[in-house]
Amino acid sequence: MTTRTVKFSIYRFDPEKDAKPYMKDYTVELDSTDRKLLDALVKLKVVDDAISFRRSCREGVCGSDAMNINGKNGLACVTDIDTLKQPIQIRPLPGLPVVRDLIVDMTQFFKQYHSIKPYVINDTPAPDRERLQSPEDREELNGLYECILCACCSTSCPSFWWNPDKFVGPAGLLAAYRFIADTRDTATNERLDNLEDPYRLFRCHSIMNCVDVCPKELNPTKAIGKIKDLMVKRIA
Amino acid sequence: MSVPVRKFDAVIVGAGGAGLRAALQLSEAGLKTAVLSKVFPTRSHTVAAQGGVSASLGNSEPDHWHWHMYDTVKGSDWLGDQDAIEFMCREAPNVVVELEHFGMPFDRNADGSIYQRPFGGHMSNFGEKPVRRACAAADRTGHAMLHALYQRNVRANTQFFVEWMALDLVRDEQGNVQGVVAMEMETSEVYVFQAKATLFATGGAGRIFASSTNAFINTGDGLGMAARAGIPLEDMEFWQFHPTGVAGAGVLITEGVRGEGGILRNSAGERFMERYAPNAKDLASRDVVSRAMVTEINEGRGCGPNKDHVLLDITHLDPEVIKSKLPGIREISIKFANVDPIKAPIPVVPTCHYQMGGIPTNYKGEVIVDEKPVTGFYAAGEVACASVHGANRLGTNSLLDLLVFGKSSGNSMIDFIKTAPKDLPVLAMADVERSLARVERLNQQSNGTQVNDARAAMQATMQKHCGVFRFKDMLAEGVAKILEVEKMVKTIEIADKSKTFNTARLEALELENLIEVAKATMISADARTESRGAHVRDDAEDTPERPNGRDDANWLKHTLWHRDGNQLKYKPVTMKPLSVDTIALKTRSY
Ligand SMILES: Cc1cc2nc3c(=O)[nH]c(=O)nc-3n(C[C@H](O)[C@H](O)[C@H](O)COP(=O)(O)OP(=O)(O)OC[C@H]3O[C@@H](n4cnc5c(N)ncnc54)[C@H](O)[C@@H]3O)c2cc1C
Ligand code: SF4
Ligand code: SF4
Ligand code: FES
Repeated sequence: MTTRTVKFSIYRFDPEKDAKPYMKDYTVELDSTDRKLLDALVKLKVVDDAISFRRSCREGVCGSDAMNINGKNGLACVTDIDTLKQPIQIRPLPGLPVVRDLIVDMTQFFKQYHSIKPYVINDTPAPDRERLQSPEDREELNGLYECILCACCSTSCPSFWWNPDKFVGPAGLLAAYRFIADTRDTATNERLDNLEDPYRLFRCHSIMNCVDVCPKELNPTKAIGKIKDLMVKRIA
Repeated sequence: MSVPVRKFDAVIVGAGGAGLRAALQLSEAGLKTAVLSKVFPTRSHTVAAQGGVSASLGNSEPDHWHWHMYDTVKGSDWLGDQDAIEFMCREAPNVVVELEHFGMPFDRNADGSIYQRPFGGHMSNFGEKPVRRACAAADRTGHAMLHALYQRNVRANTQFFVEWMALDLVRDEQGNVQGVVAMEMETSEVYVFQAKATLFATGGAGRIFASSTNAFINTGDGLGMAARAGIPLEDMEFWQFHPTGVAGAGVLITEGVRGEGGILRNSAGERFMERYAPNAKDLASRDVVSRAMVTEINEGRGCGPNKDHVLLDITHLDPEVIKSKLPGIREISIKFANVDPIKAPIPVVPTCHYQMGGIPTNYKGEVIVDEKPVTGFYAAGEVACASVHGANRLGTNSLLDLLVFGKSSGNSMIDFIKTAPKDLPVLAMADVERSLARVERLNQQSNGTQVNDARAAMQATMQKHCGVFRFKDMLAEGVAKILEVEKMVKTIEIADKSKTFNTARLEALELENLIEVAKATMISADARTESRGAHVRDDAEDTPERPNGRDDANWLKHTLWHRDGNQLKYKPVTMKPLSVDTIALKTRSY
C-alpha cells in the first residue's frame, strides 16, 4: 500500500483548559485508501484523541461534518485530500459560537430553520389515498428538498454573520421556498407574511457565497430570488 | 451518588425513522415525551437510505399485501414471524400514504400517484414475476422520509434532547423498565430520564464489521444497553451483506440501480446472475446475489488489478434516467469510485449492511422476554426484532418497518401510559449506579487498551470469521478471539478527560456496546449449524432433506443470546399469521 505524508494546521480550543483558540500543526501518514479529509481526521484522532469534530454518515448526506477547509466551507467526508493545498488549514464554521475545536453551536442556525415553519401546511381533509401531484409539479421541488442542513451556506453568508438572530439565512430561505413551491402546501400567503420584514428575507444581497459552498450543489440565491418575485407580484 | 432526574410520560431513545414515527404518535396524543438522540435528528442514518419503501399500492400494476407478505416470508427464509409480517404488509399502504400526507416528496407517475420501482425479491402473484412496489423519492428516499418525519414532529412540538447519549437502561427489582441514564454530550453531565414507557429506536450496529455501509454512529447502543440490563438478543447471527457497496469505500449503491435496469458483470463481462437466479437474475434476494458475487470473485472472475470486486453496469441506461432517477448514486460513484456511471461501470463488493436480529418484540413493539412483555419497555426499527426480516431482509422493508412499528409501538405506549398510575414509582438505583460506575471506570483507567486498537481488533475478527460465507472452524476460532477482544474492551482508556464535548469518551462508551453485539453475533452464528438466509456455513450440506443446507427439523427457531454466561436459548417461529393461512415451508429459489 502506498503511503503519503500530509500536513495539517487545525484550530484547537477546549474552553476548560485553553484561554484562547490556537492553530496546531500535525503531520499524518495516509494510505492510498484514505482519500477524503474525514479519513485523515479519523486517523489524526487515533494519535490525539482530543481533536473534536462531528461526523456520522461519511458520505455527504447527514450534514454533520461541515467545517472551514483552507478558507472555504465544505464537508470533510466528500472533500478530496489531494486537491487541497498544504498545510491544510481546518477551522470551525465561521460566525457561530465554538463549543470545542471544530464543533460549533448550531442553535441559531436551527432556530432560523424552525422559524419558517418547515412542514407542509394543508388543512383540507386528506384523501384516503395520496394527494396527487403531477411529475412537473414534483419537479419544482428538485434542488430544494435535498438540503442536508449542514450550514455551509449560512455560515459563509456575511448577512447571516451580522444578523444571525434576524436574517433567516440561505438554508432557512431555501427551505421556505421548498414549501412555497410544493403544490400540496396551502399556506403561501402566510409564509410570505412571515418573511415580509426588513431583515428576515431582505438582508440577502445576492452575494452568492452560499451557492458557491453548498456541497449538494443547491442554489439558495435562486430560491431567495423566487420568494422576492412572489413578494413583488403579491403587491402588484 | 446523586444524579438529577427528569420525568416524562415517555422516553424515546433515537430520532431516526422509527423514533420519529413513534414520537409523532405520542406528541399528537399530548403526552409528555422526551426524544433523545446522539445527533440532530436529520443526521440519523435513516437519512442514507436510498432505494425506497415498500407498499402494495399497485400504482403501476396490480399488487396485493398478501403477495408482499409471501415475498417477505420467502425472503426471510421462513424465519420471520408470520403474524408480524402480515401486520406489516397490511399496514404498508396506510403508513406510506400517511407519510405522503406528512409532506414526503415522493416521485410521481404521470397520473400524479406515487412512483414505484422494481426491487429485489418483490414479485406479484406469490412469486410469479417482478412487480413495482418500492415507493421512491429519486434515490434519496431515506433523506426525504427522515426530513418529512422530523418536519412533522416540529409541527407537533415534540421535545428533542439533541446530542444526548443514552448510557444504560434502568430496571427495578421486578425487571420493570423505568427509563434510561443519559449523558449530555456538550457537558458530560449525567441524568436519569425516568418515564412510564421507554422506547429504544437506536438503529443498527454495522460498525462491528471493518467494512460496512453504516454510519460511524451505528454502534448498537440499544443492543448493548439491553444486554447489560439482562434482555436477551434475538437472531443476531443474521447480518445482511448488501451486494453493492462501493469497492474500498463501503458506501452503498442501492438495489434500485438494478431495479432501474443495472446489471452485474464479472471480469469476462458476463451477466453472471443468469446462472445463479435464472428468473429474478440481478434482482434476486440480497443474500443470493452477495453469495454469487463472492463465488465469482473466489473462482477468479473478479475485476480490477486484484480481481477483488465485480462491476455494476448501467452504461446502457438513458443518461436522462440516470440523472433523474439515480442522481445520488451518480454523485456517490463520482465521489467515492472516481467513475461516472453514465460512462463506465461501478466497482462493487458485498458489504455489511443490516442487522436482521435485535431486541425481541412482538408486532405491537412490546419487548418480549420469556413469552411476556417487559413492563414499560418497547423497541422499534433496526434495533428491534419483531421478527419481520427473519434470516434475510427484503430491500425497502426496513423503511417500512420503521413506519409500521414506530407507529404501533407509539400506540402501545399510549395505551400503557393511560392505564399506568399517575405518579412515577420510586427510582431503582442499582442500574443507575452500574452505569455511573462504567463512566467512572473510563475516567480512572490507565495503562489499559487504546480504544482504537480494541475496536480494530473486533472489526477485523468479525470481518474475517463471520462474513458472507461462514466456516465451522473459523467460527469456533472467532468465538475465542472475540472473547479475547472483550477482555481488551474491559480496560479501554482515553487520554482526553475533558468534560466539554468529549468525543473520545463517547467513542469508548460506544465500543462497550459494539462488543456486546459482536459477541452475540459470533456466538449465535457458531451455534447455528445450518444455512438459512444470510447465514451460510460450509458444513451445512445441501441434501434432499435439507435443501441449501436449511435444516427445518432442528433449526426453524429463533436464537436468544443472553449476555450472562453467553447462554443461548431458543424460541419457536410464529408460523400462524393473523388472518390468512400459513405460508408453508418451501425451498427458496429465485
Ligand atoms: C446506506 C443505507 C441505505 C439503505 N437503504 C434502504 C432502503 O432503500 N430501503 C429500506 O427499507 N432500508 C434501507 N436501509 C436500511 C434502513 O435505512 C435502516 O435500517 C433504518 O433507516 C434504520 O432506522 P432506525 O430508525 O431504526 O435507526 P437510525 O435511523 O439509525 O436512527 C438511530 C437513532 O438512534 C439514535 N441513537 C443511537 N444510539 C443512541 C444513544 N445511545 N443515545 C441516544 N440516541 C441514540 C441516533 O442518534 C439516531 O437518531 C439502508 C441502510 C443503509 C445503511
Ligand atoms: S446570496 Fe444572500 S443568502 Fe446567499 S450568501 Fe449572499 S447574502 Fe447570503
Ligand atoms: S443549502 Fe446546501 S449548504 Fe446550505 S444547509 Fe442545505 S445543503 Fe448545506
Ligand atoms: S459525515 Fe455525514 S455529511 Fe459528512
